Amino acid sequence: MCTSVIQVDVIIPTHTKYLDLIGSIGERIAKELDNFTGDREALAYQLNLVLTEATVNAIKHGNDSNPQDTVRISIHLYDKELNIKVYDHGQGFDLANVPLPDFENPKESGMGIYLIRSLMDSVTYTKQEACNVLEIVKYLN
Amino acid sequence: MKLNLEKINGFSVLTVNEERIDAHNSGELKEYLLQLIDKGDIQIIVLLANVRFIDSSGLGALLSGNKQVAAKSGKFVLCAIQQQVMSMFELTRLNRVFEIYADLNDAFNTEN
Repeated sequence: MCTSVIQVDVIIPTHTKYLDLIGSIGERIAKELDNFTGDREALAYQLNLVLTEATVNAIKHGNDSNPQDTVRISIHLYDKELNIKVYDHGQGFDLANVPLPDFENPKESGMGIYLIRSLMDSVTYTKQEACNVLEIVKYLN
Repeated sequence: MKLNLEKINGFSVLTVNEERIDAHNSGELKEYLLQLIDKGDIQIIVLLANVRFIDSSGLGALLSGNKQVAAKSGKFVLCAIQQQVMSMFELTRLNRVFEIYADLNDAFNTEN
């Protein structure tokens, strides 16, 4: 893959008060896309949301027993692709087994992964030696 | 979380004075609604005009309020939802679950 135009790496404590900061970075990046011809406001919201949901997911699946635990968020903007990686140090989860929400009898939780999948082009979750990685790709037209 | 409660036309009108409802403050909104409903307020309008961002936990907090009110045969209404926020209700199909109006006047007028 070619070199990224922008790379942003952020490491935050596993605390929800940083969600606004992470989401705002997504919004700002959407406004920097020179060649994007789609709905920029919608994309800005979507990146805010996806980064928020992915970070919450990492905090939730993080290592509860370690107060020094962190979440790393790595954003790479390429010419035609935005790549987001969110790293957690918890037990991990099985992305393939995350069910679709029950639209007829909606529950109060469990919609985060559905939203990420709906708005982005590719979502994978892999367990590595020291951490887990949620990788999200959005193709930019 | 900055919330403002007023009684208008027999409704408890709860204005959310936050730009963002996410996993950091949605628990507070959920708890506030539950306490309101427990006190017997079951005619509730949530005014979302100032909210420009909501995540899945924020939708969940509103859904919790809606369910509690429905269980007591009350009325739970959402008002003045911004366009991008509305797209989240559509994506999760919660726009079919909630009673939603463009503004307070519309919400009151349907009562008459």
